[in-house]
Amino acid sequence: MNVQVGAGLPAPRGGRDASGAVLFEVRDLAKRFRLPRTRLLRAPGAVTAVRGVSFDLSAGESLGVVGESGSGKTTLVRLLLGLERPDAGSVAYHGGALRREVQAVFQDPASALDPRMRVADIVLEPLRVLHIAGDRRARLAELLDAVGLPAAAAGRYPHEFSGGQRQRIAIARALAPRPRVLLADEPVSALDVSVRAQILNLLADLRAGFDLALVLVSHDLSVVRHLCDRVLVMLGGEVVEAGDTRAIFRAPQHEYTRTLLAAIPRLRLRPG
Amino acid sequence: MSEALRVRGLTVSVGGLEVVRGVTFGLERGGRTGLIGESGSGKTLTALAIMGLLAEGLTARGEVRLGEEDLLRLPERRLCRLRGDRLAMVFQEPMTALNPVMRIGDQVAEPFRVHRGLSRREAHARGLELLERVRIQDAQSKLGAYPHQLSGGQRQRVMIAIAMACSPEVLLADEPTTALDVTVQAQVLDLLSRLVDEERCTLLLITHDLPVVSQLCDRVLVMYGGRIVEAGPAGEVFGRPLHPYTGGLIETIPPLDEELPGRRFRAIPGVVPGAGEFPAGCPFRNRCARADERCVEMPPLTGDGHQAACWHPL
Repeated sequence: MNVQVGAGLPAPRGGRDASGAVLFEVRDLAKRFRLPRTRLLRAPGAVTAVRGVSFDLSAGESLGVVGESGSGKTTLVRLLLGLERPDAGSVAYHGGALRREVQAVFQDPASALDPRMRVADIVLEPLRVLHIAGDRRARLAELLDAVGLPAAAAGRYPHEFSGGQRQRIAIARALAPRPRVLLADEPVSALDVSVRAQILNLLADLRAGFDLALVLVSHDLSVVRHLCDRVLVMLGGEVVEAGDTRAIFRAPQHEYTRTLLAAIPRLRLRPG
Repeated sequence: MSEALRVRGLTVSVGGLEVVRGVTFGLERGGRTGLIGESGSGKTLTALAIMGLLAEGLTARGEVRLGEEDLLRLPERRLCRLRGDRLAMVFQEPMTALNPVMRIGDQVAEPFRVHRGLSRREAHARGLELLERVRIQDAQSKLGAYPHQLSGGQRQRVMIAIAMACSPEVLLADEPTTALDVTVQAQVLDLLSRLVDEERCTLLLITHDLPVVSQLCDRVLVMYGGRIVEAGPAGEVFGRPLHPYTGGLIETIPPLDEELPGRRFRAIPGVVPGAGEFPAGCPFRNRCARADERCVEMPPLTGDGHQAACWHPL
């Protein structure tokens, strides 16, 4: 096992690699979970969540991870974040401190935000936890502005906001420590269709504006299609197809990718 | 064309707040109508009001006609006899709609026992046939299983089986595939579509998913802020929407086969307001580029065949 997660103090911003340098190097990653024991005298079963996954993620790049439930998408995100330890293979992060430079946004902003904390405290918490010095008030104003929230949001609580705005709060928090990689796990699935586009455009803008590498996990291929340069298609814990987004959508090679694309309902404009 | 169900002036309120407002529509016998709306649009409450299943504290007024009966005026005992027999519903989350401590076999047999008075053995035999019809693999062995032992897709097939057991005249399906993976969704929608045809059942499909409605339904109702803002044949509504909200919803669907214009996802500005926070008059006017002072007054749903409630239609 070779888990290399950057440790120590946060690297100064000036010490960054040139854009395009490999940040994440994932090799033959595997993760199994033991199932609860169901028979007294029989060994508990296990499920392989991720198996043989390898890829690189470069600075500023956007990578889509698509697959259905049980495909291992979320486990992969947790392995990248260091929230799970791999059973085999390695996740190497070649930037500075992983805890600071790799941040995440999850599907349900309602459960990802502490209901008893004010927005200001939520957004600045990573700075406090990671002991990042600086003008907190200025940084807060900057962050709220970057995600399109009014300055007055700072003193309010999460329940006072709509789903889309809560996701903006979660994104502001993720951006606070100036990450180089943003992991977004189904960031718009819980939102109303009419506001999804706002969050997707925000992610696209932030990526460009902050030179973020983005890992976007989604079951929605149409989202990945337009937001990601490269795609991994996962099935049963394995990557069955990987490559340039346009190429995969134009000419999917794997049977499962074709099935997935064909299953997406298209808007039919004429009856019959 | 005769109507299987007619809803007239349906209003649902919580306290003094009207969350569904004067909803009127008819379901043509054997037709498939899609009811489109986002959270807070009132689409689910409309379905629950039709079923007489509104939670305590919510009241419905208006008229819901199924044949000769006005469902809103029926006593609960008579409604119980109708539900699951002439009128049935499929819910979004089968895990919460199925009974977790009751075997699948007993749950699919229940409608036959309650509504058809069959014996336990007869009802179980019919239940097994039903599970086979909804293509549950190895149906015999699933009779003794509990809901948690089935996959999400299988659970939804069981829900559909229960709903279709007594060949209802009208089936309400509320986001029946939203919790499912796309490949499973496609199979479940196929199944629903086939059964509805075979039983000549009238379908009201409630969803926020426009492509699903365009594939499955011949008519569409669009709800926003508790009101129906557009109604008409599916091809016309999606091909030539009249209400700016419908137009906005269609534009938010990212194309799969081509690039996004300007590499931007198309959004509807603003947010869906919370209950009671929609503006007076047209509920969409605070998010609408075409809105002006006229929109302070709620426009009526007008038009012939294809209707919209808008002073400044597209």
